[in-house]
Amino acid sequence: MKFTLGWLKDHLDTDAPLDEITDRLTSLGLELEELHDRAADYESFVVGEVVSCEPHPDADRLRVCVVDTGGTKIQVVCGAPNARAGMKGVFAPSGTHIPGTGLDLKEAKIRGVDSSGMLCSEREMGLSDDHDGIIDLPADAPVGESYVSYMGLDDPVIEIALTPDRSDCAGVRGIARDLAAAGVGTLKPWPYEEVKGSFDSPIVWKRDLGDEGKACPMVVGRAFRGVKNGPSPEWLQDRLRAIGLRPISALVDITNYVTFDLCRPLHVFDMDKLSGDALTMRFAKNDEEIEALDGRSYTLDDTMVVIGDAKGPQAIGGVMGGEVTGCTEETTNVFMEAALFDPVRTAATGRKLAIESDARYRFERGLDAESALWGADVAAKLIQELCGGEVSAVTVAGEIPAPRAPILFDPNRVETLGGVAVPSEEARRILEGLGFKTQKQGDKIEALIPSWRPDVESEACLVEEVLRVQGFDKIPAVPLERETPLSRPAISLPQRRVAFAKKVLAGRGMLEAVTWSFMRDTEAQLFDGGEETLRLANPISADLDVMRPSILPNLIAAAGRNADRGNGDAALFEVGAAWQSDDAKGQRTVAAGVRAGMSGPRHWSAPPRAGDVFDAKADALAVLGACGAPVDKAQATADAPGWYHPGRSGALRLGPTVLAWFGEIHPKVLNALDVKGPIAAFEVFLDVIPQPKGKPAKARPLLKVSTFQPVNRDFAFVVDQDVPAAKLIGAIRNADKKLVADVSVFDVFMGKSIGEDKKSVALAVTLRPLQATMTDAEIDAIAVKIVANVEKQTGGVLRG
Amino acid sequence: MENLDQLREELLASVAAADSLDALDSIRVSELGRKGRVTEMMKGLGALDPEQRREAGQALNAVKTAVSDAIDARHSGLAEAALDAELAADRVDITLPARPESEGRLHPISQTFDEIIAIFGEMGFSVAEGPDIEDDFHNFTALNIPPEHPARQMHDTFYLPEKPDGERLVLRTHTSPVQIRTMQETPPPLRIIAPGRTYRCDSDMTHTPMFHQVEGLIVDETTHMGHLKGCLIEFCRAYFEVDDVPVRFRPSYFPFTEPSAEVDIGCSRKGGELKIGEGDDWLEILGCGMVHPKVLAACGIDPDKYQGFAFGMGIERIAMLKYGIPDLRTFFDADLRWLRHYGFVPLEVPTLLRGLTP
Repeated sequence: MKFTLGWLKDHLDTDAPLDEITDRLTSLGLELEELHDRAADYESFVVGEVVSCEPHPDADRLRVCVVDTGGTKIQVVCGAPNARAGMKGVFAPSGTHIPGTGLDLKEAKIRGVDSSGMLCSEREMGLSDDHDGIIDLPADAPVGESYVSYMGLDDPVIEIALTPDRSDCAGVRGIARDLAAAGVGTLKPWPYEEVKGSFDSPIVWKRDLGDEGKACPMVVGRAFRGVKNGPSPEWLQDRLRAIGLRPISALVDITNYVTFDLCRPLHVFDMDKLSGDALTMRFAKNDEEIEALDGRSYTLDDTMVVIGDAKGPQAIGGVMGGEVTGCTEETTNVFMEAALFDPVRTAATGRKLAIESDARYRFERGLDAESALWGADVAAKLIQELCGGEVSAVTVAGEIPAPRAPILFDPNRVETLGGVAVPSEEARRILEGLGFKTQKQGDKIEALIPSWRPDVESEACLVEEVLRVQGFDKIPAVPLERETPLSRPAISLPQRRVAFAKKVLAGRGMLEAVTWSFMRDTEAQLFDGGEETLRLANPISADLDVMRPSILPNLIAAAGRNADRGNGDAALFEVGAAWQSDDAKGQRTVAAGVRAGMSGPRHWSAPPRAGDVFDAKADALAVLGACGAPVDKAQATADAPGWYHPGRSGALRLGPTVLAWFGEIHPKVLNALDVKGPIAAFEVFLDVIPQPKGKPAKARPLLKVSTFQPVNRDFAFVVDQDVPAAKLIGAIRNADKKLVADVSVFDVFMGKSIGEDKKSVALAVTLRPLQATMTDAEIDAIAVKIVANVEKQTGGVLRG
Repeated sequence: MENLDQLREELLASVAAADSLDALDSIRVSELGRKGRVTEMMKGLGALDPEQRREAGQALNAVKTAVSDAIDARHSGLAEAALDAELAADRVDITLPARPESEGRLHPISQTFDEIIAIFGEMGFSVAEGPDIEDDFHNFTALNIPPEHPARQMHDTFYLPEKPDGERLVLRTHTSPVQIRTMQETPPPLRIIAPGRTYRCDSDMTHTPMFHQVEGLIVDETTHMGHLKGCLIEFCRAYFEVDDVPVRFRPSYFPFTEPSAEVDIGCSRKGGELKIGEGDDWLEILGCGMVHPKVLAACGIDPDKYQGFAFGMGIERIAMLKYGIPDLRTFFDADLRWLRHYGFVPLEVPTLLRGLTP
């Protein structure tokens, strides 16, 4: 919402300096967006008269002009075709910054003739694109006067950001009322009175809205005969231009002016172009068409209100008038419309038709319920003043919506809800200043809501009104009371696990990424995703159209992007959501990571290596361990889903529950994502990690350290190739669960010497006696047990 | 006895002259060993009478001890020299680079979340969560944004496909639905913050289709706007680590709060450089207000008895301001150089006691 200071002062009697006004606007909730002081741009420009204009001795198209700038005469070389002796124009002396070109004017010799200063075109002034000639001012322009004061540009333009609840301040008068209530001057009296009219309007209003009367509760019209629709007066044109509107003609300018001055959009029809003797507020028929004032054609539907004459729709209610019946310079008979439209329907219509108009902006916020009536009087006065002619009595259909019930307001609520005590009388004064009619009801105040404040609906709203007029800075800040003397845990165990996962992965040298929750459907399909129920109806782009089934494709793509930038060694992770379905259970919290490229740069001591399945397994186990999963009970099974390499991947499970997948990414998937491999990756599903039952014990079990010498023995077993190492380890552990403290695999060998389909697995076993140092006989006995158990459980034999 | 003295001098001289551990060892064997000279002389004592034997034995023992001590002393000297020589030969170029290790980093979003939780946690808030895919009721209707309310369009909502019953799920446009879920599930008093991902169908220099917010909510019987101011001013000062950062509350509008306010912090933009806490300019950082009575009622909480405040804040924005990150869109690009530069070393969780940003 834009207006000028002078315009504001039409409604507000104040001597307050500009900065006080703009500060108050912000503290009232009418946030100052921009203050544009147009005078600053044009400080040096003056009205000049061309005293003489002779051809340039050495250039056909140039002329040498002498310009009287009010006392001094200055020689200027000018190329404008319209330069002539006796004309008045806008003169800029040397040194002036020319806003349209961005250049500073210098003294110059043009083809040998001195030139100091310039006669400006509109484009050079930054006023328009017109560069056909220099500005030709009226003959009565006073020579030597500053251009700023001559054009009325010394009136600063104020732009405020208007919140969507405030329709009243979409008019200058509403802003003035707020400022007056806040003590910045006084609101001037309402300048309009009822206009009777000298004849009956030949066109009458009808409403044909069925049960949906609230689509347009009321409409008022007036006819005007014998008007003259020329250009509007300078003051009106100046105001419109100042706020960025183009003056068109007196009639149109009046409707725009009243829209911004009083937040009362009006529409004027050329009465001679209307058919029949009635205009009807009705719903459009589906596929009905209208050519609107913006020169475009719109196809309507039956949710939209139109103003129809005998021929068809002539305006889109609350949004835009029609081109065919619009007013032109030739219009002499006018029919004016002032209506109330349903905000919701108007917004929906505007949105469907993609029309942003000043009328829609106001109607969708909700207008003053009484404004259709007074709007007709305002229009009558202005049209008669500026265009002459005769005005009719009003024609009305519908009625003013019933006033809303008064709000019973307890002024103590300003303190108990708003945090600052305001005396009851002061609260009343503020509400009265905003236009509420108030009455004391015991300790409370009964407040009648003004018709122009559809946003006010409850006691809390009145608290806000009082507070905002006082200024929120008047509310003393109070520290929150603590509920407990010391802080209590703020996060739950699952939330803490997310933090654990992030910390442990960053600690393992990985970089945390945050990537989109959505991705391209074809890529999601590679990861069992792309479900129709998880497809966005209105994606921001085709490559972000389904919710991600896995974080991995985003991380793989990120590794690819980094490789393209020359950084191929990427260890990236993300902890976040991935989706299996659109219900509450379908959103899973996943810690996922990729290791692409090499483990590091080439180094003199040892070569780097590519990440593989066992890096991914270590990452997954580290996350699980940090999150308190029973890692020692988890089984590794070789059945990861299809986006992993079938031979080099696996799952970590607790029974049927998959805690994690890990492995190298399937080359076909990498191909489809256009990323070079190999890439090792893991996904840990944090939600399924078991939670301790009850309050977890913080005390550790007692540490039992043996004082006796541990014994290390190595074994090598020959087993079938498909026997998993985990099975061998288990068989050894099970041989004596107390004595066998540790088993590690230190060699795996396959070769003809041990037979086809066989492998030799070498294991180091640590025996830790608790009672006494082991004798050779005891050690041998245990070794025999181990060999026997391995043979029984895996078919493995001790390698000879 | 004379020849014993002579023997001692002779042996001590040969020990002193030994120039290697091997030479020293051969002296020990040839003189003190089982068949060594001194040992042989000891054996020869058996032929003497007891008196003489004792005397001669003592004298010979003294020689043996002296030589043995000398050998030990010489041995440690030679061993040290040998080690010195060995170490001197084992010399590396210590200017060679150490073995490479990759250093991990946490994303600025994680750091900011942790800092926010550290501050509000001290004020008694606990962290609540809700799903990213929301229904219309929680994202809009319960927040006093009825169907066709213009605010729904302001939100640029992402929709999922329409279901057979006409329902359309949305990607939550703000973290405010977590307020609703919390109020529906837990009776007051309530004090929660809800950090999380949010989505709007908007993409340009300053908007991304996904971003992060933190929501705050207090519901009890007495909390008023003064508390709201106190809480958020305290937050701004703690978070930006500027003790006297000016904080301004401006009236504004949100459908789910009444009264509503936007909060600005003081800053300076001199010379194109943004500084928090100085100068006379303002920067908007969050929206807040007293929970709208209709919102309480929609969650089954009696608005005549309970009241409270709510706020919502963009995470990227305050992260950019605090850490000096110039471009929003870079947050989600996973550029290794960016992550290393703007990421955080995972040393410790931020707390007010130990400090927020390392």
